Amino acid sequence: MLEREILLEKMRTTPYLPMKATITEAQMVTDKEKFFRIQLENKINLGHIPGQFVMVSIFGFGEAPISVCSSPSDKGYFELTVRSAGVFTDRLHKMAKGDEIGIRGPFGKGFPIDNMFGYDVMIVAGGLGIVPLRSLIRYIMHNRNDFGNVQILLGCRSPRELLFEEETKEWMKRSEIKFNCTVDRADPEWKGNVGLITTLIPGVDINPTRTYGVVVGPPIMYKFVIVKLLEKKIPEHQIVVSLERRMRCGLGKCGHCQIEGVYVCQSGPVFTYNDLKKFKGECHEKAV
Amino acid sequence: MKYASLKKANLNDWLGHLKKKAKLYAPRKKENLFVFRQVKEVEDVCLEYIPTVLPPKKYYFPQKEKLFKFSSQPFKTAKAIDKFEEFILFGVHTCDIAGIQCLDVVFRDAPEDPNYLNRKDKMTIIGIECLKYCDKYANCTSMGNHVPRGGYDLMMVDLGEKFIIHINSEKGEKLVTGLDYIKEATEAEMSLLERAREAKKKIFKEEFIGPLPKVYDTFDKSFASAVWKDVGRRCVACGNCTAVCPTCYCFDTQDDLELSLDKGVRYRIWNSCQMDDFAKVAGGEDFRKGRDNRQKHRYYRKFKYPVDKFNRYFCTGCGRCTRTCMADISLIETVNSLLSEEGLQ
Repeated sequence: MLEREILLEKMRTTPYLPMKATITEAQMVTDKEKFFRIQLENKINLGHIPGQFVMVSIFGFGEAPISVCSSPSDKGYFELTVRSAGVFTDRLHKMAKGDEIGIRGPFGKGFPIDNMFGYDVMIVAGGLGIVPLRSLIRYIMHNRNDFGNVQILLGCRSPRELLFEEETKEWMKRSEIKFNCTVDRADPEWKGNVGLITTLIPGVDINPTRTYGVVVGPPIMYKFVIVKLLEKKIPEHQIVVSLERRMRCGLGKCGHCQIEGVYVCQSGPVFTYNDLKKFKGECHEKAV
Repeated sequence: MKYASLKKANLNDWLGHLKKKAKLYAPRKKENLFVFRQVKEVEDVCLEYIPTVLPPKKYYFPQKEKLFKFSSQPFKTAKAIDKFEEFILFGVHTCDIAGIQCLDVVFRDAPEDPNYLNRKDKMTIIGIECLKYCDKYANCTSMGNHVPRGGYDLMMVDLGEKFIIHINSEKGEKLVTGLDYIKEATEAEMSLLERAREAKKKIFKEEFIGPLPKVYDTFDKSFASAVWKDVGRRCVACGNCTAVCPTCYCFDTQDDLELSLDKGVRYRIWNSCQMDDFAKVAGGEDFRKGRDNRQKHRYYRKFKYPVDKFNRYFCTGCGRCTRTCMADISLIETVNSLLSEEGLQ
């Protein structure tokens, strides 16, 4: 059977049953975040789309939705970066190379990579938002000629919280990608920008109708970034965001991730601003 | 045979027959309320009942349901349920049958839910039509569920001396054929049934002050209504309304470990959108703060969202949420407040 068939068949017949997976690499990358490289049983590829997520199981501790941070073009494994923020993720942080976990998925709708072909891409990441966006950035790098100009704006609270430091240094060096970074509060060694991510947007030079703006971050950040992108005249259906919600099943049933009538796990987590606009009040990320 | 007739005197014989065919669940009295229970003694079955505390949902979408068995050292998973048993739900009101139809729609929607569908495959439904109101809390007429609308195998109507049984499926037909006390209904009996239905029209009146499409339109416009503030102010967030609802299906998952700590079972358990952590993520953000917003969500999940998604109202009109509410929040009152507010504007 083809890999995709195996995954689709599993999803159809035993949607709640996790597949066995092995951690092949695990390391703390900041004080609170740990990076994992994971191999599915029989080394089958996850075959995800950047922006999709998996449900990670630790038996006895439950299950949680985690964004995939590697690109589908990284073959034979996939990667997760997880902040320790509760019982489940604390336990996950105790996992090391060689340990086995359960994986279901991939779930949800990823970034609209097929529609983004040929367009300029402006990526705006706030804090942990860089995690799902790393999947997209790596995908773009591996398929660089499919996209126009690419700019990345990254913001986080302090330099200590900066994720993927080695990689971002490399992004800074690459001439075909513009990379800009800012922190809310600097430390003595910090030489970059200081201030909210929204301060970086007005200075960016784009051709709005040819640009996709992709935003991931905490709800408070979306509101202001989306306003800035609208001011830049990026069309509403080209502003793309990925939302975080509580999830239990990934199948559009359990109800936790619902925004009004929409199940984020199936219809999202990636939405265009055009979609968000239609919500009447339950979407915290909607621009005011 | 399309309609059969059964003398009341033979009801227990038939129940005894059904009990031998499969696990039989039916309503019975429990203190001053009613519950669905497995039938041990056919005499316990009570067909004149107001909606049971819990809908029969507990048999096809159990409160705590095994998803799979696991072992963590070494990592292994296994089926938790090898075989699903045949069962008969007996004496189900038409409102609860509507509830089953709603859950069918939900769990058949891709991706399908095999746990539900496996149970549903083994289910036989024998309904009973209400000829009078259970109490003042029901809004079945407005929802159109006071009369049978399919979704059952057999439907009984109490005509005094006898039950007329509508045979709606092959599965149902098998349960009434070959029994000397169940005969094809005569023309005289059929006209009795028609008369009962006519009489019913005088008893059952729409409980909402507007027709259903108007209710839908009103919900479309009432997201910011003050009615929600009032409902939220009274709500104590106990979650009773969602637990007793035949169409509430939100769930959580839970791992239960054996004492060895390396083996266990993953369950799915009922959850309620009325709980304050229902939409809270690990980072602390709560995406549905406030009892007003959570109550509003419950109502929208009955009168708006499923209509958009499945073209079906998810309120069956059984009245359980109102009957069970400790804060006297009444569904009929809430919907009528929205309707009258909308009318005033």
